[in-house]
Amino acid sequence: MKKTPLYQVHKTLNAKFTEFGGWEMPIQYTSIVKEHLAVRTTVGLFDLSHMGEFEIRGRGANELVQKLSTNNVGRLTDGRVLYTLFCNEAGGIVDDLLIYRYTDNHYMLVVNAANIEKDLAWVQSHNDTDAEIKDQSDETVLIALQGPKSIDILNPFVPELDVSEISFFRFIVGEVAGIPTVISRTGYTGEIGFELYVQANSGEDLWNALYPAVIEAEGQPIGLGARDTLRLEAGLRLYGVDMNADTTPFEVGLSQFVKSKNRQFIGKKALLTQKKKGIAKKTVGFQMLDRAVARCGYAIYQNGNLIGEVTSGAPSPSLKCNIGFAIVTSQTITEDDKIEIEIRDRMHPAKIVTVPFI
Amino acid sequence: MIPDNLKYNESHEWAKQEDDIVIIGISDYAQSEIQDIVYVELPEVGTELTQKTEFGVIESVKAAFDLYAPVSGEVIEVNESLLDAPEQVNESPYDDGWFLKIRMTDPSELDALLDADSYQAHIEAEHA
Repeated sequence: MKKTPLYQVHKTLNAKFTEFGGWEMPIQYTSIVKEHLAVRTTVGLFDLSHMGEFEIRGRGANELVQKLSTNNVGRLTDGRVLYTLFCNEAGGIVDDLLIYRYTDNHYMLVVNAANIEKDLAWVQSHNDTDAEIKDQSDETVLIALQGPKSIDILNPFVPELDVSEISFFRFIVGEVAGIPTVISRTGYTGEIGFELYVQANSGEDLWNALYPAVIEAEGQPIGLGARDTLRLEAGLRLYGVDMNADTTPFEVGLSQFVKSKNRQFIGKKALLTQKKKGIAKKTVGFQMLDRAVARCGYAIYQNGNLIGEVTSGAPSPSLKCNIGFAIVTSQTITEDDKIEIEIRDRMHPAKIVTVPFI
Repeated sequence: MIPDNLKYNESHEWAKQEDDIVIIGISDYAQSEIQDIVYVELPEVGTELTQKTEFGVIESVKAAFDLYAPVSGEVIEVNESLLDAPEQVNESPYDDGWFLKIRMTDPSELDALLDADSYQAHIEAEHA
């Protein structure tokens, strides 16, 4: 298993570890619930160095990323970030990712840890421009600072500007605690926050600079367990469970990230065909009506008919009930509709709710 | 925290003998590993349990964990308070967080369980 450059830091903090996408990552330091609530009420510090970063440079860079993305990279100006999908020719999702535009001939792609090799091969194999693609994943440490206090905590370390001036989905290249850092106003928690990209050999220095301020603010280091419940409450999909190569953006509720007008991209034809023919599946949010927890893969029934399955499910520490995403074949299903979820051979009641959950 | 007066399953359930009745729960080590318990699914009174086989499930925020019976016997009482307050298993694994009372069919099954010292060694081996 791969380890991030901060592995020893997590060990020292007594983290419990788990395997995730080929990486040995902290799943929790104290308790998932405590960590989750810290991010909702104060602040949390995450090591996300398992994520992949590719630099794409050259005159063909814009053309290459446009060709691969379902969302319109042409909308980006310098210093902006875009959430997008890569689809295959059949419209199946290859990955979901962020695209950072430095200039129109310099982009950074941030991809899921489990997909780094697949995505790199995908980008390389579709590159018929002069753009140079560099996998910087091993040279990059990504630390996220998320929560309502994240602005106040980060500001003293960034003398050059007030970080609250960095708008959502924008980034600057600056310094945090004297360390050259890409400061990005992004996150996967539904809270105000930042994602900080630094050279791998500066990762520990950045963590050690921020950590005391996080603890001082009654924040916590956050493992992947709370990262999962935070993103679920915020209605954010996870690649590999809520979407994969067998699902299209329309089926998983990501149609707003497909921009097909006046542009070409891989998968466009198949997606337009699916839209014309009608989309058979859709992703909905549900809430359990008893205390049982529905997890990935559990069957969903409506009026006795099997209509789909759970893709993500967990207790929601903020709502104090159990929630999840399901992919279903019913097009008519709507908010407040009752469903039943089969958990260990018994049916448990649930209802459809709006996403995001919080 | 491993009380001397209990016997233990390798799968971390404890058993406390009171004549031919056995009270069942999970160890402090197990609750601290599982953390954030949100749901406990237990059998009904009258259910027959078989030693080392599954009898229920604990759900934490992150995952579900199967429970294995330390001894065979009939369920005579269920800790119903766990339905509304499953966090008692985290807070008080040896007292308020008990699961079931069982009338043992074969008290000699207790001899197959670990005593406190062997259970301590088992945890250390598992953690190493």
